Amino acid sequence: MAQSVTMSEQEDLLRAYTCAGGDAAVLGDSSTGHLAASGHSIVSMRGVPGLVVDARETADGIFAAVTVKKDVRLAKPVHLCFGVLHAEGTQRIEMRVNIEEGASATFIAHCIFPNAVKVRHAMDAEVSVGDRAEMRYSETHYHGPHGGVEVIPVARVNVGAGGRYITDFTLTTGRVGKLSLDYTVTGGRDSVTELNARVFGHGQDDVRIRDAVLLNGRNARGMIKTRVAIEDDARAEVTGITEGNADGARGHVDCMEIVKDRAVARAIPIVQVNNPGAKVTHEAAIGSVDKRQMETLMAHGLSPQEAVDVIVKGILR
Amino acid sequence: MSLLSIRDLVFRPAGASCAAILDHLDLAIEQGEVHALLGANGTGKSTLAYVIMGCEGYRPSEGELLYDGAALAGLKIHERARKGITMAWQEPVRFEGVTVADYLSLGTERGAADSALELVGMNPALYRDRMVDRSLSGGERKRIELASLLALKPRLAIMDEPDSGIDMLSTRDIINVISAFKERGSAVLLITHREEIALIADRASQLCNGRIICSGTPEGVAGHYKKRHCGLCDGTECHYV
Repeated sequence: MAQSVTMSEQEDLLRAYTCAGGDAAVLGDSSTGHLAASGHSIVSMRGVPGLVVDARETADGIFAAVTVKKDVRLAKPVHLCFGVLHAEGTQRIEMRVNIEEGASATFIAHCIFPNAVKVRHAMDAEVSVGDRAEMRYSETHYHGPHGGVEVIPVARVNVGAGGRYITDFTLTTGRVGKLSLDYTVTGGRDSVTELNARVFGHGQDDVRIRDAVLLNGRNARGMIKTRVAIEDDARAEVTGITEGNADGARGHVDCMEIVKDRAVARAIPIVQVNNPGAKVTHEAAIGSVDKRQMETLMAHGLSPQEAVDVIVKGILR
Repeated sequence: MSLLSIRDLVFRPAGASCAAILDHLDLAIEQGEVHALLGANGTGKSTLAYVIMGCEGYRPSEGELLYDGAALAGLKIHERARKGITMAWQEPVRFEGVTVADYLSLGTERGAADSALELVGMNPALYRDRMVDRSLSGGERKRIELASLLALKPRLAIMDEPDSGIDMLSTRDIINVISAFKERGSAVLLITHREEIALIADRASQLCNGRIICSGTPEGVAGHYKKRHCGLCDGTECHYV
């Protein structure tokens, strides 16, 4: 059953949103579109000319339909803020995003779970990026120290002819908990897709990333770039799939995983070409911190730990 | 007292049955001196650099290295760096997500980056926000490495073949960097296999089969080095002397 949000919860969410790097002032800016939800409750939302935000509370989360109208190019980013501030809870977000033909929008999302001990956050997104449209989506997570959050973002994205879809997923603050990210993007003719993910796992964190780019249109371009660092007893498995299914399609999978302590990482690049005019490449580097990089930084006077920090922060930047 | 004094140094890779790569080598580098180390490929020049810097797997088998009269044995790379020894590798590595300005500030105070970039002929406005990653050409990366050494203001800078590779720096570039080190009072061990580069130095030594076979003026050593391709050297004498 949908719950109403209290003033205190709203203030807590805004405080946590600020801690996570969000700018709470934008939520009060009438010229900026946004949607903020705490648990199952919508805190606030706003559309702007050319942007329709339609959200409602559901039994275990929220449903939101976001549309950017044809040929509208939003000057300001649309801000999304989702979170569960309690130690326990479930938040299921159903998103339907439609960037209509020729439209352009940037989304900045913050997902906040500062006190999670047993929290489940599931995102089920269906995204349509129309012909010549562009969507940039940046999602930054802010997790607490307990590792008790399960994050399950699933997205199915269709990019039309000449469209662009660019995402950045960042989970480098706090414990990951359990992450199971699953994005599949289908790219049309002359489309461009970039999927970037950066995750830092600690303790018993379990990181699973599956990115797939299906280059179905002629001259479609795709890039999957994943950077993962794990330490302690964390586990990571990164699967990057790119299919070149049309003439002139070009794809690349680039995965780097740095492993410390007893952590275990696995990279699975899957590249498939079903058209002789397509080309897909991949590179994967997995292992401990590069010895030459360490020596170079230590020759600048950095201790081994300081050197590792520079390298890890660099790849997660 | 020499800044760096290397006495009877032997280096044999752990577990290897091959001959010593550095074979009873003696070398002294004075305070503020630019010392060129000339040698053909495979004579042990880079190995000597790694031993001085204290790189993993390059612990001397015999002999000693004295820095300011104190033994370097047992000190790790960063501990040697904090005493003023640093090194530019022949092929500098790349760092994702590290800007040039941040890289040049490692181990030193911020604000030295711009002047160091100018000293290696790079416009700070164009480079300080670039990443020290694969977006740089080999030549740009080498210049930034030398700039980072200049920013550190070391007492001893080891430059391993700045003039080698596909993206080698010009003699003019290297002279500019060396001059900057000299003005700051830094000693330089300039490793090279090109005699014209060695002429920049105050003194020079020639390395052959892991031994210093001659030391002296750069002109004298370079002249000797020109005749090096005998293939007969056993490290005890030079067949062209």
